[in-house]
Amino acid sequence: MPWDRNQMAERAAQELEDGMYVNLGIGIPTLVANYVGDKEITLQSENGMLGMGPFPYEGEEDADLINAGKQTITELKRTAYFDSATSFGMIRGGKIAAAILGAMEVAENGDLANWMIPGKLVKGMGGAMDLVAGVRRVIVVMDHTNKHGDSKLLRECTLPLTGAGVVDRIITNLGVLDVVEGGLKIVETADGVTEEEIRAATEATIL
Amino acid sequence: MKKIYDNATTALDGLLRDDMLIAAGGFGLCGIPELLLQAIKDSGVKGLTFASNNAGVDDFGIGILLASRQVKKMMSSYVGENAEFMRQYLEGELEVEFNPQGTLAERMRAGGAGIPGFYTKTGVGTQIAEGKEHKDFDGETYIMERGIFADLAIIKAWKADETGNLIFRKTARNFNVPAGMCGRICVAEVEEIVPTGALDPDGIHLPGIYVHRLIQGDHEKRIEQRTTRKKEAV
Repeated sequence: MPWDRNQMAERAAQELEDGMYVNLGIGIPTLVANYVGDKEITLQSENGMLGMGPFPYEGEEDADLINAGKQTITELKRTAYFDSATSFGMIRGGKIAAAILGAMEVAENGDLANWMIPGKLVKGMGGAMDLVAGVRRVIVVMDHTNKHGDSKLLRECTLPLTGAGVVDRIITNLGVLDVVEGGLKIVETADGVTEEEIRAATEATIL
Repeated sequence: MKKIYDNATTALDGLLRDDMLIAAGGFGLCGIPELLLQAIKDSGVKGLTFASNNAGVDDFGIGILLASRQVKKMMSSYVGENAEFMRQYLEGELEVEFNPQGTLAERMRAGGAGIPGFYTKTGVGTQIAEGKEHKDFDGETYIMERGIFADLAIIKAWKADETGNLIFRKTARNFNVPAGMCGRICVAEVEEIVPTGALDPDGIHLPGIYVHRLIQGDHEKRIEQRTTRKKEAV
């Protein structure tokens, strides 16, 4: 059985080590926080916060306390606030250990596309280009194929890039793949999924 | 020299002109200079370029200036939540220069620090890098980005003292610090002006040297996405 959204998030949480400072993207990556267990993980929100807490209780929302998805959140004891230039200074400066984010396409050389589709409405890249260029490890969590059944792991991205050669690891509903010299390497398969099934669902070169 | 003005309109007196570049603080609707934006709308000034991470929503923030067609160009990283913005953008009535969020913040910070250009690896190999100078440092490629020197900065803080020293609250600090730094003139609106000496000098987030004019006012502080959890669930 391929992994569902929660299982993908649970698998992604295994990438995180005690003491890490991490930035989680919107969607499935947000769910990763539910699976970190006893590990002390400090979540960065790029609008200016380290130590992001859960959503507030009803009635305790604070307009001055939101995450990068503009959702109301809470602080923790170890929370620190800072301005946007400082926030992206720590991102660009390689201080953030890992970013876990979604993607529309990943190429076998680590190119990542997740910010625009030509001809469709472009809303902007937000902080995605800074994150993929700056953090020490980029982990993509996404479905292996799109809704038409086409591979999202490609020889070359067809969409405009968010970053060139930036992806380290891809966690899909079928398994875990690393970007290595010459293509992708299967690291792990989801329970009941075979390597042959992954190869059949993948356009990118698998070594 | 007194920095405190009665209201947003008087605080902007003599500062506004058509086709100027304004840097605005805020992230989404969090920490936006809502009173100064309303006063800019009321002034009728037009052809404005805004360096601002976002463009507000239809009836709040920079959105109100889009509705009245006073904005010519946006320099932003994300503009998703505004139907009128999208209409003008698709019709070609509004120019948009997308900047990676950290690049936009650093362009403002650099401008405020007297730095006309800097190199970053953000955007290398993407559309953002097209037409920009590339340079290798220690085996890695970077692109040059320009500092932003705005004609005017408008920002929102939590508290100020009478000399313009500012403190912000939680994530409402965001772009207010770099935006405030990069304006030739900076006007700040705050929730409370306290007597000079009442703020801890060790805890000032933006020193008053950057802040030329100051107003106190009531803020709506609208929440864009109200997300909560239930107590029973915990």
